[in-house]
Amino acid sequence: MSTVANTIFSPELAARFDHLVTIYPLSRSALVPMLLYAQDEVGYVSDAVVTEIAQRLDLLELDVRNVLSYYSMLRTKPAGKYNVQVCTNISCMLRGGYEILDHCKHKLGIGHKETTSDGVFSLEEVECIGACCWAPAIQINYDFHEDLTPEKVDVLFKMYRDGQGKDVK
Amino acid sequence: MPTLVSHPDEVRVLSRRFGQGAANIDKYIELDGYKAVQKAIAEGPEKMSAWIIDTMKASGLRGRGGAGFPTGMKWSFVPKQSVKPKYVLVNGDESEPGTCKDHVIFLEDPHAVIEGTMIAGLAIGSKLGFIYLRGEYRYLLKIVEKAVAEAYAKGFLGKNIFGSGIDFDVITQTGAGAYEVGEESALMESLEGKRGVPRIKPPFPAVVGLYGGPTVINNAETIAAAPPILLMGGEAYAKLGSERNGGTRLFGISGHVERPGVYELPMGYSLRKAIYDVAGGIKDGKKLKAVVPGGASCPVMTADEIDVGLDFDQMAKAGTMLGSGGIVVLDETVSIVEFALRTIAFYQHESCGWCIPCREGTDWIKKTLTRVYNGGGSKKDVDNVQYLAENMLGRTFCPLGDAAAMPTIAFVKKFRKEFEDYIEGNKAGTPIITVEQLVGAGH
Repeated sequence: MSTVANTIFSPELAARFDHLVTIYPLSRSALVPMLLYAQDEVGYVSDAVVTEIAQRLDLLELDVRNVLSYYSMLRTKPAGKYNVQVCTNISCMLRGGYEILDHCKHKLGIGHKETTSDGVFSLEEVECIGACCWAPAIQINYDFHEDLTPEKVDVLFKMYRDGQGKDVK
Repeated sequence: MPTLVSHPDEVRVLSRRFGQGAANIDKYIELDGYKAVQKAIAEGPEKMSAWIIDTMKASGLRGRGGAGFPTGMKWSFVPKQSVKPKYVLVNGDESEPGTCKDHVIFLEDPHAVIEGTMIAGLAIGSKLGFIYLRGEYRYLLKIVEKAVAEAYAKGFLGKNIFGSGIDFDVITQTGAGAYEVGEESALMESLEGKRGVPRIKPPFPAVVGLYGGPTVINNAETIAAAPPILLMGGEAYAKLGSERNGGTRLFGISGHVERPGVYELPMGYSLRKAIYDVAGGIKDGKKLKAVVPGGASCPVMTADEIDVGLDFDQMAKAGTMLGSGGIVVLDETVSIVEFALRTIAFYQHESCGWCIPCREGTDWIKKTLTRVYNGGGSKKDVDNVQYLAENMLGRTFCPLGDAAAMPTIAFVKKFRKEFEDYIEGNKAGTPIITVEQLVGAGH
């Protein structure tokens, strides 16, 4: 596997990928992490991302797209800078998950898988995120926020809008 | 950050280091960390593998992912000699609704998972372990990655671990959102860079697993139990639990309770006490209606069925499953029609479509229950739902079909009158989901 010339990724991510493809018994094992890490940087899995990852793993673009379409976190269109993912599965549902979802829709003025016109927030209803004992819970990008109320959501949105939110990558 | 909870009835084996900063390797070492793997190595190259497996067998530890398969026996199935490399695979794709125990382990005690992976590796003669976390757990992946880096920096991982002459490496891996990947063969597909569709069995992973090599795959909690078991001895661990159900496990109690949280209780502990004592009883003084005892896939229990011990055998005898230990508590305000619909909506969303009974069954059950929920149902719909679910059972490659069918059957069987009353316009419970929310739903 040779390092790709004219990479679309940042030097850091390109170097990370150069390394990632070498650590597994089969390089293809790097595919799912690479798609997700590329999405973290680019914002979504663009055609260019597919092309370069296919090249890096010596796969057909079709192989990459086949895998890409399976995983719910991978998207082929841009989302907001902060993707708000509201869990409405059973434990969250019982403790107000739908109320939180409705509040987010109202507050942001968008629906499921939509993005605010300023591009700051997008909204997604998601299945169980593994925070059942601290329900209702949401994830904003990769950050968990638990034991929520509509008021706490307002505070969070303001924090993120003001650039004060955490942003784990 | 998850809130840590405690209760006097807890027996802290796995959670002993929670809240003490043990994600840091020095703290972990101070609290008996990496002693178990050294104890195993001290048995010497001839006896080590047999000693680990015998101790695990004696411990009565059964798989904490949900299936409850005896861990020591699973490890013993891996062939001693193999042309292909052998692998240890840690399943941290925790996705069963109601389950968040591995979340706390990765957060509070990631080195226990790493040490457990090494022990499993020594037991089966593997040189490489993988720790696979669901994609949503990025902040936990960072914690585990840092822990792995610390273990390499101390020389605990890599070449010649603890002077044993044995090399052992650990690779961390992220998923990217898929419930089904929690199934062991689907997880191996995902780790090989493919769609997470299940493989047909046999062959089982112990013979043909990851990259075609013999593979031990265990839930993260199962793996994290290995170090304390080796330190305290198999018999001592077994004694903590009930008959044929050794030790303790992490129970995540969620839903309508006063003190939801992840508690470590002995196997066989009373479900009633877990709800009313440990988790503080039903929220706001309401009455208990039902319990989903081990994650969304487990058949629901009614309020008068909860005098049962929380272990694999007693729960099976009670007609349900211990599952993942995620106990979801429903108070009297819950509409079972709505809850059943939300449950099947999840499985319909997650069905990969590989097997027709699951793909079509989950879809038709969801459609039928949606019609019932929207007030257009007939009594025949209830029969149809049960018929569809019963015809999914055992007819799919992986357990997702069963996971969708089992709770559905229990909902319509145990709460049949509520479904019928609902259809006749006499709706029990307070609705949570609106029709608009269903139509515009993300699931």
